[in-house]
Order: sequence, then C-alpha cells, then structure tokens
Amino acid sequence: MSRPASLGESPIPRTSGVGLKPEHYRDILDGAPDIGWFEIHAENYMGAGGPPHAYLTAIRERYPISLHGVGLSIGGAGPLDAGHLTRLRVLADRYEPALFSEHLAWSSHDTVYLNDLLPLPYTDETLARVCEHIDQVQNTMKRQMLLENPSTYIAYAETTMREVDFLREIVRRTGCGLLLDVNNVFVQAANHGFGADDYLDDFPMEHVGEIHLGGHADDSDEDGSPLLIDDHGREVADPVWTLYARTLGRTGAVPTLIEWDNDVPDWPTLFAEAKRADRLLAAQAATAHAERVVAT
Amino acid sequence: MTSDGLQREGAFAHAILDADAAVPAALAHRDGRVPARRFAVYRNNVYAGLINTLESRFPATAKLVGEAFFRAMSREYVETTPPVSAVLLNYGADFPDFIGGFPPASAVPYLADVARIEWAWHAAYHAADAEPLSQEALTALGARAEAAAFKLHPSASVVRSRYPVITIWELTMRGGEDEPVRLPAGGEDALVLRPALQVEVRRLPQGGAAFIDALMAGATLQDAAVAAAGQEPAFDLAANLAGLMRSGALAGTR
Repeated sequence: MSRPASLGESPIPRTSGVGLKPEHYRDILDGAPDIGWFEIHAENYMGAGGPPHAYLTAIRERYPISLHGVGLSIGGAGPLDAGHLTRLRVLADRYEPALFSEHLAWSSHDTVYLNDLLPLPYTDETLARVCEHIDQVQNTMKRQMLLENPSTYIAYAETTMREVDFLREIVRRTGCGLLLDVNNVFVQAANHGFGADDYLDDFPMEHVGEIHLGGHADDSDEDGSPLLIDDHGREVADPVWTLYARTLGRTGAVPTLIEWDNDVPDWPTLFAEAKRADRLLAAQAATAHAERVVAT
Repeated sequence: MTSDGLQREGAFAHAILDADAAVPAALAHRDGRVPARRFAVYRNNVYAGLINTLESRFPATAKLVGEAFFRAMSREYVETTPPVSAVLLNYGADFPDFIGGFPPASAVPYLADVARIEWAWHAAYHAADAEPLSQEALTALGARAEAAAFKLHPSASVVRSRYPVITIWELTMRGGEDEPVRLPAGGEDALVLRPALQVEVRRLPQGGAAFIDALMAGATLQDAAVAAAGQEPAFDLAANLAGLMRSGALAGTR
C-alpha cells in the first residue's frame, strides 16, 4: 500500500478519546461520532496490510490518534528488541500519532513474549536500565514518550523506592512525559494497602500528558484482602471517577482515554463513557476559567 | 547486577509458564506469607490472554471439539510453544501442526486441516495488499505467457487435505447442526486469498494445488502445468488459469 500524503498536524484535543476496536470501525466511519481522538495498540497494526490498515487509514484521515505500545518491555532486564522498536517507528511514520506511550513493565524474557504487563522492582539498578531504554526509544522514535504507571498485584522484596519517586526520577533523567492511569492507581492502592489520594498528591502532575480510565474486577486473596484486577473489561468504577475528578483539579484538562479492551461493548455504551469524561473535563475547564477571572 | 536482573526475570517467567513451579522467591511476603494467589493473577492473565487469542483465531476448530477441549489443548500449546514476538498477529502459525500431533485430538482426524484453513484465513487477512493481475495485462503477454513466471498474490496460500475440509469448515462456521449433512467423498484442496478486503476460500480443481505450488516456487506457466499434469493427468491448464484470474490470485509476473 502506498503511503498516504502527510496527514499533517493533528494534535490530541484536551477531551476524551477511546481505544479503537475493530468492532467499532463501521460505527465510527458511518456515524462520524463527535469524539476527540482514538488510541491504537501498536502491535495490532503490525501486520503487512488488510482491513486493519484500511480502516485505520480512513479513521486517521478524520481523527487524531495516539499510539500506545504494549510489547516493548521497557522494564525488562535485557536489551530492547531493536526489530520491534523499528516496527514502532515505521507505524509512527505512517500514521503520525500526536501522542506515543508505553508502560513501566516488562513482557519479554529471552526469546519468550509473555503478553502481559509484568512488574519490576524499583531499585537504582532497574532505574538506570529503564532510563537507558527510554533514551533509546525516544532517540529512535524521534518523539517524546509518555510512560504509564502500572497496576501490579505483587511487590518485590528488593524494592527500595516508591513508585512515584521512581517515575519522577525517570522523567528528570530522560525528559519523557507520563501517562497517568487513574484506575491503575486505584487498583495499586487497594492491592498494596496505601491511599490512592496520597499517591496522587505525590504524583508529578506537571508531566502528565494523558490520562487513562479503565475498568477493574474485584477479587480477594487467601487472607480475604482485596485483590483488584485491571481487566479493562467493564465500565470505569465510581470511585475511579471520583479520583479522576480530583486529579483534574491539579492537572487541568488533559486528553483522557476510556480503555475497554475485553468484553468490548457496543459503540453507544463506549461513547457514553467517553462523554462522562468530557463532562468532567468541561467542568474543570469552566472552573479554571472562573478562577482566572477571579484572579484578575 | 544485570545478570541478577535477568535471573530474577527468568525465574518469574518460568513460574508463570509452569503451573507447578513455586512462586518466585524475589517477591515480598505479605504478613509473612507467600503471595500465591496474587502471583496467580499473572499466570491466569498470560494463559487466558493467549488461549483467547487462539480461540478467536481458530473458531471452527474450537467449535468442532467444544470449548473445554479446545482450551485444554490450547493450554498445552501455550506451555510448550509460547509466543516469541510481541506481534501476536504471528502467534499460532504452528498450532495446526501441534493439533495434528496431539494424541487426544486424533479422534477428529480432520481437525488439524480445519485449523490450517483458519490459519491461512488469518494470514490472508493481515497479508500485504496488492492489485490482482488484470485480464488485459495477461492478454498483453500473448504467446509469451507460457514462458512467464507469475507472482501469486501475497495473501494466497494453499491447503491440501485428504478430507473434505472446506465443506467441514463451512458447515461448522454456519452452525447448521440440524441439517442432514452429506460430506463429499475424498479430499478437498483450498486456495485461501484476499484479493481486496474480503478473505475468500475456494475449492481447487484436481491438480490445482500442485499447479499453484509450482507457480509459488517460481516455475513458468508451462512448467507448472507439466508438474500439475504429473500429479493429475486430466489437469486442464486453461481452466485452472482462468480460475486463478477470476479469483484474483495472480499479482503479476516475476
């Protein structure tokens, strides 16, 4: 397929977007919904051609997109897969995403790809390794990367740093930005027994370029302690909406993605979730405006 | 230090894939206890995610053996053949071969061939795009066509079967369990391709598979016809060539 002419500047608006799912290609192209942007999982568009690229090309001509990698294994102890990084670069050159993000996690070891976002200990050693990887990614991609805070179920005995401090130091050393997943904060807080508000109070909000909101499942462990699972398989939970509204008070309006990757709902249901985020974003913008008026 | 990191990671990866492995020693205990249930979330995520990927990629195969059997079979495949790339679109290429060598599935002898059709379908869906060779371009070759080597469409592949695999696949996908079914005697060979945006599965005439295999290997039209006639004396070059042109299976000359 020939490369389309340059798609030009399409910045992500400070409104809601949703994860692009094949189930919704036709709804989007036929219905032209009033939504700010779409996010794609990079690895789903690493085939050579066919309908995924045909639909994405048509959608990209109408909406800005954000490129979200799930397989780079930035938190891995070994070197990054240079071939995979090249595939990401080719995809970014083709679709000109306005935002690009990856995870603080690892997913590959040796030759095996485990297809999950796995946790790493937070130590001086892993910090140095992650920063090395992010430098390599940003140099290859020739753009800033947003790093997403993870949801984890276990912790490592050797961890010496708090996650927020680890993230803040990565930003300082590499110049990357942050993707704040508010649901992941909620899940982490429940799983590791800390306050989500405290985590968010310490989070370096000035570096947040995007927010994620997704659903989680409730479970418990052997002791009956809460075990929340970040499954992206349902609506965003009410307490996560509350945390989100509180977060916006510090970040101002930030592009916000609704993630719903499993048991994908019909388009109207997903669209309604996005509009719920838009109402909070609009309220935040109105408050900020009122504060500016009062201040002057 | 790095080798410590790699060891820690390797132990974690091993404990995920091997259900009998102990929880990694590097994990912090909770109130003095090993966080087994918490670690199991990762194991479940990895297996469920990959098994779901296989189930959506091989829906007829799953339907033929039922969900429980399919998921158990997939679990063994994942354990012995985990993905080697973050591009999961490539995962499952050798799943049909695994099924063919999986003793509990031997009661359904055509199962591996149905899976081959489904893998060919998936591969065609994501294959590179190309404009099929036009009738005008073929006509323009005139007498030179016989000595020309043709490129097959990048999405094209052939599945040969001793069983009526296309009919079985179609009936399974259609789900008409109540209709009386008369399966054709003998095997069916399929040409799977995507000339535009729709994947098509076509029955090949006798000798058609050998003809396409020879073309794919770079033989000229004439030599491919000879190869096909060697396997099927009644091989009809004109009819087979017309079939390939109609289905958009040729993409040009080499």
